[in-house]
Amino acid sequence: MTTIEEAKNKRRQSRQLIFRKMLPWLLVLPILLISITVMIGPAISSFYYAMTDWSGFGAAKFIGLENFRLLLEDSSYKEALLHNLLWLIYVTTIPIAIALVVASLLAPLRRFGMFFRTAFFIPYVLASVVISNVWRNLLSPTKGIGALLAKVGVPGLDQAYLGNPKTSLFAIFFIDNWHWWGFLMILFLAAMQNISPDLYEAARIEGANRWHEFRYITIPGIRPTLFLMLLMTSIWSFLVFDYVWILTQGGPAGGSEVLGTLLFKNAFFNFEAGYAAAIGLTMSFYGGIFILLFILGRRRGWDI
Amino acid sequence: MSILFKKRRNVTLVPNYVVLILLTIFALGPLVVLGFNSLKDSAELGSNPLGPPKQMILENYPQAWEQGNFSTTIRNSAILVVGTVAGVLVFGGMAAYSLSRLKMRGSDALIIYLLVISTLPIQLFLVPLYSLWRNLGLLNNLFGLILIYIAVMSPFPIFLLRSYMLQLSPDFEDAARVDGANEWQILWKIVIPLSWPGFLTTGLVVALGVWNEFLLATVFLTNENLFTIATSYFQFTRRFGVDWSLTSAAAMFMIIPVLVLFLIFQKPFIEGLTQGGLKQ
Repeated sequence: MTTIEEAKNKRRQSRQLIFRKMLPWLLVLPILLISITVMIGPAISSFYYAMTDWSGFGAAKFIGLENFRLLLEDSSYKEALLHNLLWLIYVTTIPIAIALVVASLLAPLRRFGMFFRTAFFIPYVLASVVISNVWRNLLSPTKGIGALLAKVGVPGLDQAYLGNPKTSLFAIFFIDNWHWWGFLMILFLAAMQNISPDLYEAARIEGANRWHEFRYITIPGIRPTLFLMLLMTSIWSFLVFDYVWILTQGGPAGGSEVLGTLLFKNAFFNFEAGYAAAIGLTMSFYGGIFILLFILGRRRGWDI
Repeated sequence: MSILFKKRRNVTLVPNYVVLILLTIFALGPLVVLGFNSLKDSAELGSNPLGPPKQMILENYPQAWEQGNFSTTIRNSAILVVGTVAGVLVFGGMAAYSLSRLKMRGSDALIIYLLVISTLPIQLFLVPLYSLWRNLGLLNNLFGLILIYIAVMSPFPIFLLRSYMLQLSPDFEDAARVDGANEWQILWKIVIPLSWPGFLTTGLVVALGVWNEFLLATVFLTNENLFTIATSYFQFTRRFGVDWSLTSAAAMFMIIPVLVLFLIFQKPFIEGLTQGGLKQ
């Protein structure tokens, strides 16, 4: 009798022990399964589909690296990649410069600092579809800001910025940046507030002017944040989609076509899913180059 | 000496304020114009597209609500927000608990895994995922999109919740264990109540992300009855693009809930979005 009870007890205890050991993994299992199904599995099969002539439906025929050879010949791909590279130049200069300057203007403020931070952050929380529509109206050549300026005697700015292949990409970037720089500024400001005020005090005693303070204290002080954001925006500049698709769908005449919109058209309009998967791989690859440079730079001891 | 410096600083801050006020106009002006235009009729918009309305007209709002099918799209977006937030908080919270409070073997590998998936571009898996979802019957299915959102949006919340849970003192747990509490009770009665600011922050960030999301909603919900507030607004502006008063009123439905929540929960919002919620 007692031995049976003991045996039962022991079994229960060992079951509990197993459960306790399994518990940590049981708790991460749901999110692991979901992310493998949604992201890892399809990401891996992208490598296979990129080497097929798959339409998106039914069977896929293996064609090796043919899609990548076609990419090299595809003039619309080259043009889109060029636009992504332009976008890379825009996002790693203009918003970074604005955010740096504004953050250093805002950092020494004692009053209304919170008000300005809120005001500059608000555009970041708004939806891309709404921002796009607001600015499409404001940039209208007949009813927008340019038209108003022409009416009061400042001619020449009432252009169809979004409707001109030469200006559409930059116009889209301008609108995207309107919602982006404030966010970047808050990041830089938070990093600046971690810089010891003693450094500025010492610099002032040494007779440093504002530029010296900015160049030799502020910039080195926020370097980790600065480089991280340069890395992230570089990666993202190959993935842009929302604002381009909403505002112009890549037009007019391919003037703002980027890899993201090209992939979208190939996958869902032209039914060239294999080709689209190949485009997606190259987009990820370009971003990967920047991650690699970042890691290599760190290994070589660069302070980034 | 120090008085002298203070004086110099006060004088030199004036240009700061001037620039910052101009930038405030740049940041908020377009929203003010949007609000103005939502209150004008089309005749007034033609002659006065940027200034304040001469007389306020509220008719655009019910008309935009009707034409934009907002009763349906707000419901769809609400389902997506609630489902995704619940999924991320429950599954992400479980994972964060495991990574922070239980001595889990292989937790380093899991953290690396989460870092990798948080940087995977959507475009890398979009095309095969679309075909997989079609084969599983999850296209044009709110639940199917919720699963995708949970996968894409959960890495950052796990990191954030984990950092909140790591800060908790183990004393409470030990005391509870001595009193015979099991892991579930410790999770629900101790860890979650003590790390709720983390749950609030992640919940807000995820809710905002889902409410505004465009690419995945465009691809995975093509049936008009399942459009989200963002994708239907996009279609709406393509159909009624010339009618600024109507599209402006429709935009207000989309941004007012966000602005209200943002102004109430400003601190957790900004903290959550800047602490690594680095998604454009």
